[in-house]
Amino acid sequence: MPAFRILPRSGGLAALALVVLLLPLFLTNNYYYEVVILVGLNAIVCVGLNLLIGYAGQISLGHAGFFGLGAYGSAILTARYGWPPVGAMVATTLGVAALAYLIGRPILRLRGHYLAMATLGMGIIISIVVTTEDRYTGGPDGMAVPALTAFGLKLAGEHLWYWVVGGALLVAVWLALNLVDSPHGRALRALHGSEVGAEVAGIDSARHKVRVFVISAVYASIAGSLAAHYSGFITPSKVTFFHSIELVTMVVFGGMASTFGGVIGAAVLTTLPQALTVFKEYEMVVFGAVMMLTMIFMPKGLVPTIAAYFASRRGAGKSPEDSAGKGPGPVSP
Amino acid sequence: MSAQFLQFLLAGLTVGAIYALVALGFSIIYNASHVINFAQGEFVMIGGMTTVSFTAIGWPLPLAIAVAVLAAALVGLALEKFAVEPARGASVVTLIIITIGASILLRGLATIVWDKNIHAVAAFSGEAPIRFGGATLVPQSLWVMGITLVIVLLLTWFFGRTLIGKALLATSHNRLAAQLVGISVRKVLLASFGLSAALGAVAGILVAPITFTSWDVGVMLGLKGFAAAILGGLGSGAGAVLGGLLLGLIEAMGAGYVSSAYKDVIAFVIILAVLFFMPSGLLGKRSTDRV
Amino acid sequence: MSLLQVEQLGKEFGGVRAVADLQFSIPAGKVFSIIGPNGAGKTTLLNLLTGVYLPSTGRIVFEGRDLTGRAPYEFAACGIARTFQNLQVFFNMSALENVMVGRYLRERCSLPAALMRFPALGRAERATRAKCEELMRFVGLAQYVDAASDSMPYGALKRLEIARALATRPRLLLLDEPAAGLNPIETLEVDALITQLAESGITVVLVEHNMRLVMGVSDHILVLDYGRQLAEGTAEEVRRDPRVIEAYLGSEVATERAAPPGGH
Repeated sequence: MPAFRILPRSGGLAALALVVLLLPLFLTNNYYYEVVILVGLNAIVCVGLNLLIGYAGQISLGHAGFFGLGAYGSAILTARYGWPPVGAMVATTLGVAALAYLIGRPILRLRGHYLAMATLGMGIIISIVVTTEDRYTGGPDGMAVPALTAFGLKLAGEHLWYWVVGGALLVAVWLALNLVDSPHGRALRALHGSEVGAEVAGIDSARHKVRVFVISAVYASIAGSLAAHYSGFITPSKVTFFHSIELVTMVVFGGMASTFGGVIGAAVLTTLPQALTVFKEYEMVVFGAVMMLTMIFMPKGLVPTIAAYFASRRGAGKSPEDSAGKGPGPVSP
Repeated sequence: MSAQFLQFLLAGLTVGAIYALVALGFSIIYNASHVINFAQGEFVMIGGMTTVSFTAIGWPLPLAIAVAVLAAALVGLALEKFAVEPARGASVVTLIIITIGASILLRGLATIVWDKNIHAVAAFSGEAPIRFGGATLVPQSLWVMGITLVIVLLLTWFFGRTLIGKALLATSHNRLAAQLVGISVRKVLLASFGLSAALGAVAGILVAPITFTSWDVGVMLGLKGFAAAILGGLGSGAGAVLGGLLLGLIEAMGAGYVSSAYKDVIAFVIILAVLFFMPSGLLGKRSTDRV
Repeated sequence: MSLLQVEQLGKEFGGVRAVADLQFSIPAGKVFSIIGPNGAGKTTLLNLLTGVYLPSTGRIVFEGRDLTGRAPYEFAACGIARTFQNLQVFFNMSALENVMVGRYLRERCSLPAALMRFPALGRAERATRAKCEELMRFVGLAQYVDAASDSMPYGALKRLEIARALATRPRLLLLDEPAAGLNPIETLEVDALITQLAESGITVVLVEHNMRLVMGVSDHILVLDYGRQLAEGTAEEVRRDPRVIEAYLGSEVATERAAPPGGH
């Protein structure tokens, strides 16, 4: 077993842990904390979404819907029904998982454009329902969310939330890395490589697709719940088609089939609009341009492109992690 | 009761005609390139907004319309040349994201070139409502339905009788064979994008006096046009028209009789239903792959 | 003893009858070849026998179980594996990982164990890795054990598919044109591999154009023509069958020295 193979996996995780530990030294005011926490939350969604898009080769243009369901679920259960936040989060996550399972079975029989469209429709339906049922959700103006309390401790303030989100991200990445390296992860990547080839090798493609869809929905839902409690407020702007596209862009930009790519994509594309606040009016132009240019010139995304560059410099004997970052690959329509 | 029904029917046909035009744009591009152009809605927006700009500086309406359609067509050509062409052969996911990126880019440019306000456009022949069997109709609705009909007839003639139209069709059926008989696929792609953009622009101009226009009017119209195209069968021209009209009618009936708050949901529930139960749509072809 | 029985099997695509009225059985432990001109329906038949296509008519019975209408992964789980004429290699994975995918059926790995990487999983992964390396060596790919699949030559990739199929521990192995695109030396190696596989107890079904390979290695031959069964029997019987000679093999004199029929 080539020694290099160990390195990207646990080395990457260690590096991320180091970043999480040391970053506060550079965060000199609350605004920076806010941005970094936002990055962390987006990163959690992206790590899950990457499993679906990058590794399994599927697509979802509606994941903001799951994020929103997680946020609103936690919000409504705690604010309107007085549930304890942790219990609300668990219940919401289970609910979203169940929904993803039910929708997943029929939706994932579709491929390519049709799958994209179906997930798009799903996301938009969720966003319209959220905006319209204002008795529960507060409608377009949103609703307030009580703070997250656990075991008598109230979680408030940027610093505390930083550690919560940082820890959650590390767990999320660790789980994803484990999944990818396991027989299940291989099955997913095989599906992406050739669905018929995987099927005849004994992989129940439908079941695996639904499973990774549910897992990615769970990731999004948990991030949504955390986001709601952190902001103390939730509006439908987080449930829109545009947010779903942002998430997909982060995954695709950072690197398909690369868990760390998902994190980096989230980091870059969350901080970019913040950095561009000066050029607020150009935000959409830049975002759109980034999406287009990335897919035209760097279709594998940032991390795999860089990894491939170093791998080719090093010569023969690519590690499986590098080969895994082969990009979208042929997806039959 | 039947006057109300007639009212909804006319409303549904009007908006359905718009959806049909947008759906036709999707189908034409899909046929030529197998790309779903998520930026289709932006052509609708460009049509309406450009007309606003030119009428605002005093140009007569017909001239402004002509310029708007031309402008949209040029944007369509640019889209093909700079976004789709470089990514030829890329995977479905890649192409989807490229066109979505293009649509975001175009909307961003729209907020810079114009603004974020809603703009009105003068109706073509006045606002005086017409009474028809107990229902009322604005003259613009007649323009919408009439011009859509003319366009559909023109397109039928174009694809069936002209050489260029047949070249487009040939390319959509079998690209390699079309190339072998000397059809330039590049030109066909450009023509498809230009034509679809023009169609979208016309839709945007027709509907602007009724629903007003703004920088983001293209998003929903584009998505619903796409829903209509899928409903009718992606790649089928007749399907696009049928899907558009049907979607418009169902939406109007749904909004009228069931719930107007959930009007927009109807389109997307239809998408899901069609995709689950009848992915090739009403008039689309069923195909099998060779393994 | 017959391993696989096919009864009245047929497949239609729209109006096109790809195969019709197929009725034969495959005896266990032998090498069974399916030959026929291009378009005869050989690959369609293979797709039917692995669940990739749903039969329009007929039944498929494997080891006494009716597998008609089941999904491909269920066929694999029952012990039927295959390779493809148009390679279906997972180019997004390394060579070894391609083979390891074949072991999925035989690994017991729960989702929590995968997510949290229980120690038992680590041991199981190492064992799987070792077994798959061995399989690669068995099919002659020892030098590619650490390679990326997209850096391997065509002939090696065909063998990689065989290794992947073997990893599923099949009792029936269907090879779709394993010698296509190979030079004479590589073809001989495939020949030897097929014989070795048969000797190890796996029933091998071969779809091939290369007559020399087929005649040399087969115990039974099924001849297809225009989707129908033309002849079935031992190599000798088929070689002498006048219908086969007329449709496919050319004149009797030329049979002994026949070059493979043209046009792949």
